[in-house]
Amino acid sequence: MASYTTHHEEGHEHHLVPVRVYSWTLVALLVLLIVTVGAGFIPMPIWLGTVVALAIAMVKTYLVMAYFMHVKFSGKLIWLFAAAGFFWLVIMVIFAYADYITRPWEPVPGF
Amino acid sequence: MAMQTVAQSESKQINYLNWKTTVASWLLTYDHKRIGILYLISISLFFLLGGLAAALIRLELATPKGDLLTSDVYNKMFTIHGVLMIFFFLIPSIPAVFGNFVLPLMIGARDVAFPRLNLLSWYFFMAGAFLATVALLRGGIDTGWTFYTPYSSSFAKGEVSLAIMGVFLAGFSSIFTGINFLVTIHKMRAPGMTWFRLPLFVWAMYATSLIQVLGTPVVAITLLLVAIERSLRIGIFDPQLGGDPILYQHLFWFYSHPAVYIMILPGMGVISEVISAFSKKRVFGYHFVAFSSLAIAIIGFLVWGHHMFSSGQSIYAGLLFSFLSFLVAIPSAIKTFNWMTTIWKGRVHWEAPMVYALGFMGLFVIGGLTGLHLGALATNLHLTDTYFVVAHFHYVMVGGAIMAYLAALHYWWPKMTGRMYPQSWAKLSALLVFVGFNLTFFPQFILGYLGMPRRYHSYPEEWAALNLLSSAGASVLGFGYIIPVIYLVWSLKYGRIVTERNPWGARGLEWELVETPPDPHNFERTPIVTRPAYDYGHPEEPTGFVPKPRPVVVGGKDG
Amino acid sequence: MSVKEAKVLEREPAPTHIEHEGILGEQFETLDQQNNAYLIGMWAFIVQEVLFLGAIFAAYGIYRLKYLHEFTLAHKELDWVVGGLNTLVLLASSYTMARAVRAAMQNKHGRQMLYLTFTLLFASVFMFNKYIEYSKKYEHHLIPGRGYDAHTIVEHAEHKELLEPLPDGNYKLKLETEKIVTPEEFKQRTQLFLGFYFILTGLHGLHVLVGMTVIGVLVGRAYIDYKKRKPVADYMPVEMVGLYWHFVDIVWIFIYPLLYLIGR
Repeated sequence: MASYTTHHEEGHEHHLVPVRVYSWTLVALLVLLIVTVGAGFIPMPIWLGTVVALAIAMVKTYLVMAYFMHVKFSGKLIWLFAAAGFFWLVIMVIFAYADYITRPWEPVPGF
Repeated sequence: MAMQTVAQSESKQINYLNWKTTVASWLLTYDHKRIGILYLISISLFFLLGGLAAALIRLELATPKGDLLTSDVYNKMFTIHGVLMIFFFLIPSIPAVFGNFVLPLMIGARDVAFPRLNLLSWYFFMAGAFLATVALLRGGIDTGWTFYTPYSSSFAKGEVSLAIMGVFLAGFSSIFTGINFLVTIHKMRAPGMTWFRLPLFVWAMYATSLIQVLGTPVVAITLLLVAIERSLRIGIFDPQLGGDPILYQHLFWFYSHPAVYIMILPGMGVISEVISAFSKKRVFGYHFVAFSSLAIAIIGFLVWGHHMFSSGQSIYAGLLFSFLSFLVAIPSAIKTFNWMTTIWKGRVHWEAPMVYALGFMGLFVIGGLTGLHLGALATNLHLTDTYFVVAHFHYVMVGGAIMAYLAALHYWWPKMTGRMYPQSWAKLSALLVFVGFNLTFFPQFILGYLGMPRRYHSYPEEWAALNLLSSAGASVLGFGYIIPVIYLVWSLKYGRIVTERNPWGARGLEWELVETPPDPHNFERTPIVTRPAYDYGHPEEPTGFVPKPRPVVVGGKDG
Repeated sequence: MSVKEAKVLEREPAPTHIEHEGILGEQFETLDQQNNAYLIGMWAFIVQEVLFLGAIFAAYGIYRLKYLHEFTLAHKELDWVVGGLNTLVLLASSYTMARAVRAAMQNKHGRQMLYLTFTLLFASVFMFNKYIEYSKKYEHHLIPGRGYDAHTIVEHAEHKELLEPLPDGNYKLKLETEKIVTPEEFKQRTQLFLGFYFILTGLHGLHVLVGMTVIGVLVGRAYIDYKKRKPVADYMPVEMVGLYWHFVDIVWIFIYPLLYLIGR
């Protein structure tokens, strides 16, 4: 298949997203902002607070990317690019943290 | 008709070189071919400078005593050599020169997707090169090309921050090139040019661009943090200030190990092209070679910790990284075996590019296999920071990447310049490079195994013979690199003029449908591709065609 | 007529539709191809940005694990109210930006100009708040570098009974667990936190400033299109700047909880 003929499958359809989609996204983001601030003040272990804050931030990021940045209405290729950056960041974090987290397990410190 | 007469009286055909000739038309060009030439000229300069530093290093090491350079100057020399060769020669070499020049031709496009960004990337490169050169002229730096902390962030004198900004800018030049090629490959392919009809060089460039976009920003920010630590004394990487130097190594190698694949993957793409063109056979196992490029790019991101086995990194992380490092050998071996199978029963033509390509295969195999010694935890501890490491990465980066670069230069030279170089000289220099290279670096494997550490300007007497051999080999290697410079420049004026499109009888749009030298707009119209790449089995069927002839034909051999 | 002129003349213009005149780049065949190329190019740039800024987050996380007590005490110096207000403002600016892109797609230049101006306004509020925050840090000697002094953090933490000066001059930090550090260590490690704060918010602020400049240019362009009553204008610049702007918003979505909130 020539690339010219596949544009419509891969790419961005020039259709307009209804205004209410944007408005509800904003409302959801503001609600999540309040939730994340509130969660910061609920007494809980620090690690749990971090996990909750990160989870909320990820949901917010999803909303912004899916609706404001139109990923939800775009083709697979855009979706792939949108995911690639975060996926690679996660790879970096997992492998680097694998070092820090496993260091205490060594039989002798600084093995 | 009148125009035709004019054209015939003026025999020169219009091409991208003589279209416009002012200096401004070169410095402000959006033409991917001209930008490729700009890169070719600029990186040749840095290759020369880096090579001079290497010559001084080998001259110093010819004798055991540190009698030519003081240890301080020696440190600065290997830093200059490393910084210039890696950031200002190897990383832009094949992608920025040949990627720019042939990638749009190969996929049947008029230009890359973002011509202005392309030019901007060259200016970023030159700005970075300028800063790095200023840093070197103002006394130089002695951190080594790795800028390891805390030495670079707290102790090193000199213009480290300036050099870092130079590398930072060159990094963004690389990112821009990567973004451009990714989009170009996705969106600029001619009709009929499907993913599995793409030449393997394009697949290799795609994998390279992925690494450039995903990896380079990390090293850019890491070096920026070093510069910030130097100026503000925040303890990001200096343990005395509460920082963690191993974190620097993690972030640095997250890019700098994949950066090795930025250097070698395009080279592998070139070798696929050349081997196939001079064996007159389709590359054996096309799909495997194509996907092995992607596999190398992706797995290459998961192995960086093998640079840190002796750094204090957790032994368990070391195990993981060691295991994954072995996995990279698989796609590399797939490529090598498939090239060999391509040559097998092919009609091999011993032209200069082929000789260089065969040299690549020999040297790359040694470089790759010794990588396994270093990827294994146990042997690595013995070999860390010895000349074994130096020999290994020179086999991959010089024996591999530069051999492929020279193969590419010789392969596409007639297309780029419209001139042919003397074949016998080219083959002689290929032979000199191969012999000189082995003479220089093979003794270093032995030296490293015997425990000679890298980055010292003097060494015990017992290693004198092997080092002398290495330095002697370096002089042969030097000749091997100087001869091509001479005959290629010579050929620009005196070489045989090439007017036919396809002097090698190769397959591919850049040979079959593009004039020599190419038209400023590459193709008269966007071509339509009808055959897969390397379709040597069907010599009567062209890979593609340009839909309609132009209404008025002017100049050239079809005039 | 010279050969060169003849060559240029007989070269046919790229196949352009009349309403796309001046929009389609020479290297492209169709507008659809061009728009897709720009979109993917912008996304590739965002991928690059994710890793560029993400690496700092990764480093921050490692030090936060290592110096949990010091980082937690230092982060209490950040004003969560101003930070929350800034989140609100940025989210709102993202909304207006999305509306501006929508207006641009509909070729409603006046509306597009209005929404872009709102975006610019919200961004200015954000930068103003940042200025207030930074100057407060300056007053308290919390700018990393030679003038850095942790005594404000010590005082505040002591007041909240999270820090107890020991007779030997060291500090006992009391969170979920206790930890004893020397004043020098405490100074270095809180400085490291503020270093991360300034690097992250500084780079983010730089991105906001770049975005504001480009949006300013777009407002000018929309104004010209509006005055000329241009029936069709290229909406891609607005869409691409929009993508960039939303990404800048996402960065802040992570900065706010990770620096200002957790362990409040």
